[in-house]
Amino acid sequence: MKIAIASGKGGTGKTTVSVNLAAYMSSKYKIILTDLDVEEPNSSLFIDKENYDKTIISRMVPHWNKSTCISCGKCNEVCNFNAVIQIEALNEVVVFPKLCHSCFACSDLCPTLSLPMGRERVGLINHYYHKKFDLIEGVLDIGQEQAVPLIAQTIAYTDKHYSDDYIKIFDSPPGTSCPVIEAVKDSDLVLLVTEPTPFGLNDLKISVEVMRKLNQKFGVIVNRAESHLNLINDYCQIENIPLITELPQSRKIAELYSQGKLIYRAVSQVENEFEKISQFIEKVRSGK
Amino acid sequence: MKEIVVVSGKGGTGKTSVTASLAFLSSEAITLADCDVDAANLHLLFGIEYDEGEEFYSGQLAEIDQNECLNCGRCKTVCHFGAITETDGQHVIDQIDCEGCGYCARICPQAAINMKDNMAGKIYDSTTRFNTSMVHARLGIVAENSGKLVARVKEKAREVATRNNSDYVLVDGSPGIGCPVVSSLSGADYVLIITEPTVSGIHDLERVYEVVKQFDLETGVVINKNDLNISKSNEIKAYLQKNNVELLAKLPWHREFSESLAQGKIVGEKKNSMLKPIFIELWKKFKELI
Repeated sequence: MKIAIASGKGGTGKTTVSVNLAAYMSSKYKIILTDLDVEEPNSSLFIDKENYDKTIISRMVPHWNKSTCISCGKCNEVCNFNAVIQIEALNEVVVFPKLCHSCFACSDLCPTLSLPMGRERVGLINHYYHKKFDLIEGVLDIGQEQAVPLIAQTIAYTDKHYSDDYIKIFDSPPGTSCPVIEAVKDSDLVLLVTEPTPFGLNDLKISVEVMRKLNQKFGVIVNRAESHLNLINDYCQIENIPLITELPQSRKIAELYSQGKLIYRAVSQVENEFEKISQFIEKVRSGK
Repeated sequence: MKEIVVVSGKGGTGKTSVTASLAFLSSEAITLADCDVDAANLHLLFGIEYDEGEEFYSGQLAEIDQNECLNCGRCKTVCHFGAITETDGQHVIDQIDCEGCGYCARICPQAAINMKDNMAGKIYDSTTRFNTSMVHARLGIVAENSGKLVARVKEKAREVATRNNSDYVLVDGSPGIGCPVVSSLSGADYVLIITEPTVSGIHDLERVYEVVKQFDLETGVVINKNDLNISKSNEIKAYLQKNNVELLAKLPWHREFSESLAQGKIVGEKKNSMLKPIFIELWKKFKELI
């Protein structure tokens, strides 16, 4: 089963929920935690790491072969992303790997096969082995702008190494555009983490629209909940969205987080809240 | 006219709140731009009504004309994004998976695939409840290309700022280090990074600073929720010193911050605000630097 932890707004507690949920559920289930927030991966900061494997991840981009090029301009014509530019005056073709979407059109359609596809490094996958559960994280190289290919490969890596009887928890990137969609689209359940502020509500509403468009099953977790702030509860009730649990606003929790520590054991009330999430997942899993 | 871009790497450090407070408390003419188009929130603090907006088109999506299609399947073979599927012998393109490369349309022997312009979102040129201008956007649901939308928001903000004779364009950037952030940073005169003294705050600050460094932009840092973890705050200070980056201000972990936001108010707006003097001091420092 695949569970994506997501939120429109950044900093609502996706990583807190992901790492604590993985740790909490690992006493009963086989768990793998995967960090898909490849631009700013943080899950591994909260896990005692022992040894790990490192895999360099690349994607395919065209490389121009001047000696066979006949300057027909086909590549320039077929590229929709301005990533392959023919400079006629110089008899040159220039490839901009950062703009390339790896569609292979220029390479396949070049009549003299002068743009063979080759690897370009985009980042790393770190695979940490941990006593109770393992952690996989995608890390985008600084200077790389496209997160989606690395997210896709990090999910594929997880599926290759862990069978379907694992509960796979995916700590997803923030926002509502391409990286999030890539991270959540194949999951069985999405947990949307939000906070009871106008910002949190606004971004939750957008996330809900996205989940509905993607036909995803989802529920909401309120973080930094305070008894007098009901705007998320009201919204979920009107929209008939399951509100799974509320994690309290607490200086203690914020301090533990700042030190890279787990919260569910240290703060008594919180363990119950993670039990609620676990039960919700179990219900979805058993199809009840 | 100077352009200041506020970024954070990590989400939720207070990027939008600080941007709003600076704009509210400065006495200069400011045009605001919200480049966090994925999760735009700045407008919520400034009492803005959405008007018609300007449609923003970016990229294309492929669509099969079922009347022309012979279901030969060539399109499916060439698509590297798994966007084309065959059900009951009929080929269909998934609008979410389609990358808009147009490869399928080029090789379709029947020319049965059309490329349609994709409306990626809308851009708004609004007036705030303080009568200043704000350019902001709304990304279409499940739309792509937020980097390009960010570039257009900035372009428009500069037009508005020129029209209004603004002294500053203040840009609320996006989280992360990918294409929306790079778009936010292009053309900036000064970059303000908001961070927090947590393990992830430091980790993300270091990554976003590496990106900012590649653009060779003048940079300053604000530590928010400073007293949450003094030793982490000191770690940040040491990192900034080593990299010769100015630490502009330390904001305390204060209830006023969260209370103001919960009420949809700008931090520093309420009477007897504890935090107001810190923001005024920060803005003063800014003006000297830029």
